[in-house]
Amino acid sequence: MRRFVAHSARNLITRRRNNLTTCVLQHCTFPLRFLTTASPGYLSGHVASAGSASAPPLTLDTINPKVLKCEYAVLGETFILAQRLQQELKENPGSHPFDELLYCNIGSPHSLGQQPITFFREVLALCDHPAMLDRAETRGYFSADAVKRAFQILNHFPGRATGAYSHTQGIKGLRDTIASGIEARDGYPADPNDIFLTDGASPAVHIIMQLLIRSEKDGILCPIPQYPLYSGSITLHGGSLVPYYLDEDTGWGLEISELKNQLETAKSKGITVRALVVINPGNPTGQVLAETNQQEIVEFCKNEGLVLLADEVYQENVYVPDKQFHSFKKVSQSMEYGEEDISLVSLQSVSKGYYGECGKRGGYMEVTGFSPEIREQIYKVASMDTCSNISGQILASLVMNPPKVDDESYESYSAEKDAILSSLARRAKTLEDVFNSLEGVTCNRAEGAMYLFPRIELPKKATEAAKAVNTAPDAFYARCLLNATGIVVVPGCGFGQVPGQWHFRCTILPQEDKIPTIVSQLTEFHKAFMDEFRD
Amino acid sequence: MDYENLNENVKKCQYAVRGELYLRASELQKEGKKIIFTNVGNPHALGQKPLTFPRQVIALCQAPFLLDDPNVGLVFPADAIARAKHYLSLTTGGLGAYSDSRGVPGVRKEVAEFIERRDGYPSDPELIFLTDGASKGVMQILNAIIRGERDGILVPVPQYPLYSATISLLGGSLVPYYLEETANWGLDIVNLRESVAQARSQGITVRAMVIINPGNPTGQCLSEANLKEILKFCYQNNLVLLGDEVYQQNIYQDERPFISARKVLMDMGGPISKELQLVSFHTVSKGYWGECGQRGAYFEMTNIPPKTVEEIYKVASISLSPNVPGQIFLGLMVTPPKPGDISYERFVRESKGILESLRRRAQIMTDGFNSCRNVVCNFTEGAMYSFPQIRLPPKAIEAAKKDGKVPDVFYCLKLLEATGISTVPGSGFGQKEGVFHLRTTILPAEEDMPAIMASFKKFNDEFMEQYEDYRGYSRM
Repeated sequence: MRRFVAHSARNLITRRRNNLTTCVLQHCTFPLRFLTTASPGYLSGHVASAGSASAPPLTLDTINPKVLKCEYAVLGETFILAQRLQQELKENPGSHPFDELLYCNIGSPHSLGQQPITFFREVLALCDHPAMLDRAETRGYFSADAVKRAFQILNHFPGRATGAYSHTQGIKGLRDTIASGIEARDGYPADPNDIFLTDGASPAVHIIMQLLIRSEKDGILCPIPQYPLYSGSITLHGGSLVPYYLDEDTGWGLEISELKNQLETAKSKGITVRALVVINPGNPTGQVLAETNQQEIVEFCKNEGLVLLADEVYQENVYVPDKQFHSFKKVSQSMEYGEEDISLVSLQSVSKGYYGECGKRGGYMEVTGFSPEIREQIYKVASMDTCSNISGQILASLVMNPPKVDDESYESYSAEKDAILSSLARRAKTLEDVFNSLEGVTCNRAEGAMYLFPRIELPKKATEAAKAVNTAPDAFYARCLLNATGIVVVPGCGFGQVPGQWHFRCTILPQEDKIPTIVSQLTEFHKAFMDEFRD
Repeated sequence: MDYENLNENVKKCQYAVRGELYLRASELQKEGKKIIFTNVGNPHALGQKPLTFPRQVIALCQAPFLLDDPNVGLVFPADAIARAKHYLSLTTGGLGAYSDSRGVPGVRKEVAEFIERRDGYPSDPELIFLTDGASKGVMQILNAIIRGERDGILVPVPQYPLYSATISLLGGSLVPYYLEETANWGLDIVNLRESVAQARSQGITVRAMVIINPGNPTGQCLSEANLKEILKFCYQNNLVLLGDEVYQQNIYQDERPFISARKVLMDMGGPISKELQLVSFHTVSKGYWGECGQRGAYFEMTNIPPKTVEEIYKVASISLSPNVPGQIFLGLMVTPPKPGDISYERFVRESKGILESLRRRAQIMTDGFNSCRNVVCNFTEGAMYSFPQIRLPPKAIEAAKKDGKVPDVFYCLKLLEATGISTVPGSGFGQKEGVFHLRTTILPAEEDMPAIMASFKKFNDEFMEQYEDYRGYSRM
């Protein structure tokens, strides 16, 4: 990285042409998702079969077309290119104008150096290997309250068996803990039987989409921009995405009038809209909804008979003093709406917040306002996968019931948590300011979540250059950025945006000591890019 | 959402393993009744202890601060410490970071090496995808294959109902092929051909064939000759072969040791070995590991075209990554302690203990069932289940009808109420018309087995007494 900074200007000028050529080449090259030296004939797409009577049974021609149709840009084209560059760097150091790839495409804090919360890992380790609790010399490695919590948790497991399948919805005692945590958060009770622990929040989304979508005549209202799990799963399950546009000029505001218009438009096209997805705090947009806004949304869903799918995985990531997270469950309960009034699915995950435990795959959906028949069906589909991973279940219960003021670990836990959250807030501001300082770039503040979603006004020359290589302009920009700096972002087209506008999503996750370098690389690259393509 | 406007496919699918019997058993348990859950292959729930070595490794990975302690070598064996460091080095950011959507490359490499050692043929890590349990892998592959209801999947009857439920959920068609109980649950090629012909005559394109080897619920182990026949059949009929091999460590007889479908395919050589499309599944949930709760598994693709592999990768990427601890368990399973390692002896002692006990329990259960009136039970050659045939007298079947219950459900509910033994009725797995079974596991602790079998026998023989004609049992 330092080498690049020192020579960056010269490199950029000499590589300008190379970058463009590289961009062309990369696009024309078949996008390999894996780097294998085996499999001859891979570019031809199917193994030549001299002897068989017909083409093999599973090929691109015969694969489920919904699989072909679905996309997931977070790990899409730009990411794939990044992986190739990484491999090239490994095999041939110095082959690129940067020493390392910086993956700002994905919300995976630990991948970029964030440390886990010590207390959580203590408890998890003790539950993974309970024999440590039985011996003083191993027990001594852990804080007293971690030991106590591990004992409490293990008591929920018949025979202390953390290797067994649990109840499909998750271990009852852990769901009790989570329900208490929800109650402490919201001030309203929660029922452990409403909770379904899942391998991360994503499988819960799939279950709901599976239940709701009968055909492409079933529509799901999704924010634009949205996290492409929604578009991907809607396509996979054969439904239709009904977009509602967030308003960039008002801090990505959600207008009820927009919801109503889109609903009517969909209806007029013969689409039955089944649900409304709201991501709060937003991804990629980061906005935190005002409570009044949330009330309007609840009212809207109630009146229109829509399931409200509330993706609240970033509930612990709020960086601005003028906004606060309120769960949709709390909001609807505060409006005195109950089980008969609104069907609500609330998602939480251990992947985000200040804990960032993506690799654990822990999360849950809290399901309220559904009839017993529906509940049975949700259970049935969930049961086909038997249960979610136990360690993830335990972690979800820890996240929803962390150390309290009088606990031994509270001080160190708090210090870790505050350090991470305040650092995230600082990085969000720093990067927001950087983006806003770039020519033709505006960037709303990240009120929450883990991303910035700057908008770039691309000059005509740039959009034409992109068109010439059959690439969306923002994907073109992202690719050039990657080739020049090793910084990996996701083009806005992967999330949806107002047609003709261009964005990219960049995480705020690189560690603080890397930020100055990123800032200067971004600034220099952008200047060089604009110098090349300015009208 | 109303029941009426729910996705029809969801309404149609059934998954008996956690169905009616299980729910009733859970209710009774809440009321204080002692329940013996033999409905699901869940060894640790019935007292099997986890192997020590992997739990030591994972604890060290979970809490790397332990590795930093200068005295860690006094409380953990050196090889566990080394393996923990090894796996942490394969990740980018430890257990809490998303891995590659296909799984940590280093672990996939270990899986490939395991397959090569097992079969004698190299395996490509790029064609091995790790998943949160084998079920998710099965669903991903079936989702890639099934386009609509005109796509049929050949599934053995009886089968593990993940297959029937998933095919139903995905809107495909299940094409059954019957295993022959009197021939030790053997597979009959003639029957297979008939099933395919019938499906085709109904306008169904048969796309794939599922084999479960060792079988679930039936336990039979396929011979090399069987596998060759199956592979040729799939090749001739242009089918993808889905080889569910999750019980490959659970073998309780010596005549037919486990042989993987891939090995047989590679042994056959020639065009078939380069063209027959195969997906093989394995897991940490079964075997002698029994780590069901970790959700660690993989599928290996053979002769699937690269662009198709890419598409499968793309779908996997939407769920980001499989859980990392589960991946480490998988790595440990395929790369267990070797002779000379500090933990080797203990590891072997623990594993052998489990496997030998399972073998004994398979025998105890089979013999126990065969000693009961109107019960006939094939020997459990492998896997974790016993699947006795219960010859229900006509009066029992009538009583079931009166109760609005399927006959084997009726029997199993009565068994549950009387003895606390929670089983899964055979109807949940599929069986020939008018033939009834139940599935139980061989997992209850060995010392509890005699009492359980005695309890079953008492219930069964009394049940038969109650419902039989005086002339003796007459089969429908």
